[in-house]
Amino acid sequence: MTDYNFAYLDEQTKRMIRRAILKGLAIPGYQVPFASREMPMPYGWGTGGVQVSAAVMTASDVFKVIDQGADDTTNAVSIRRFFERTAGVETTEATSDATVIQTRHRIPEEPLTDDQILVYQVPIPEPLRFLEPSEVETRKMHALEEYGLMHVKLYEDISAHGAIATAYAYPVEVEGRYVMDPSPIPKFDNPKLSMAAIQLFGAGREQRIYALPPYTRVVSLGFDDYPFEASKAEHACALCGATDSYLDELIVDDAGTRMFMCSDTDYCQSRRAAGHVGAQGTPFKEDAA
Amino acid sequence: MDHASLSGGFTDPPQQSAVAFRGIMQAMARPGTICDVAGAVAPVPLSVAAGTALLTLCDPDTGVHLAGACDTQAVRDWITFQTGAPLVAAEDADFVVGDWNDIDLSVLRIGTPEYPDRSATVIVEMLELRAEGATLTGPGIKERAVLDLPDVAAFQRNATLFPLGLDFMFTCGAQMAALPRSTKVI
Repeated sequence: MTDYNFAYLDEQTKRMIRRAILKGLAIPGYQVPFASREMPMPYGWGTGGVQVSAAVMTASDVFKVIDQGADDTTNAVSIRRFFERTAGVETTEATSDATVIQTRHRIPEEPLTDDQILVYQVPIPEPLRFLEPSEVETRKMHALEEYGLMHVKLYEDISAHGAIATAYAYPVEVEGRYVMDPSPIPKFDNPKLSMAAIQLFGAGREQRIYALPPYTRVVSLGFDDYPFEASKAEHACALCGATDSYLDELIVDDAGTRMFMCSDTDYCQSRRAAGHVGAQGTPFKEDAA
Repeated sequence: MDHASLSGGFTDPPQQSAVAFRGIMQAMARPGTICDVAGAVAPVPLSVAAGTALLTLCDPDTGVHLAGACDTQAVRDWITFQTGAPLVAAEDADFVVGDWNDIDLSVLRIGTPEYPDRSATVIVEMLELRAEGATLTGPGIKERAVLDLPDVAAFQRNATLFPLGLDFMFTCGAQMAALPRSTKVI
């Protein structure tokens, strides 16, 4: 590791990010501005998450990256390799072996423990941005705890569709104060946001970091008569038979035949390794992966 | 400036600051939990944890205020050489270090409604850190935590300012516990 500083970023940048992380943890749900750096990857590929991961990583960490639940997509593989090269850390695909998990748009199915850190890649950190384009105004709305507009948006969902149609990036209220965008995770994952692990959110292009300390009270917004509902496709995983996991829908032929499978590849694989077989699954072979 | 200020820093800054920050972050994310924070040795009277926290978090972008007995020429020289952080008055400080009785909380920055993060972090040097005494609840705490605090009313007042307020780190030897503004003290 002579070509790069440990974990790529220079030390002054890491200190700046670390200070932002501490303020984020002290004010859960509040978006702390930070001086995001250009990273050797395009915006939208996880520059915020990568900077947060680089600032929290130690040499003894075991690092896992998931992209929509999968360990083996281009984005996940590239970021994993990036830290193998620049930090020399061990990497894994097993959720339970990882100490730092960087995620794009999923929370792993397996509950995280208090010695793990979950780092989210965030595209648009401001939950009010599509309702109010001005940063000056949204900042004022957060300061005044003025979230009526967000409720109007959810109400319009109900009046147009008969239900709250927001299916991902479903807004949450943190400790009764800040309304926060949990990043574009499916709303199925929202109930998991109160967890034992530290959760850090990094938005590189938008230059914001925010955080949820362990066991923070996180409530998905809703109404008394239209409460929040975590939803998923009403199927079992075709490969491992799981009925409790979030599913991806695949169209597998020209006739539009659909197949549902776990979005969390490690969860699916561990279940198949443990002998669970879904309707279209084949018994798991170690070398099949 | 004497040679003492040239020693006591990290010998391997990227690795040691990463380990130290993990301890500091765990302390801040889990109020009341006592964590190891070590790696640097600042001149007396600064503790290892306080010196390490300053080295991990401070640089020319952060004003540091030394309160009371901590404000010695040796400590000033050490911080200047090791971090480049400007030494400033309490009301301008991002980080304040000192004994509890030497710090005047009323003049410190607590942030603004638009930018509550623009507030001071207070490093309080303690004679000991014990997981007994005041009961803490809030984010980062599963049900409740206990921590021996130098005062209770001051922290209760601070919590009522949320989302504004001060964030505290308590240091003793090579250990740290923290109390962010989000924690309610009973």
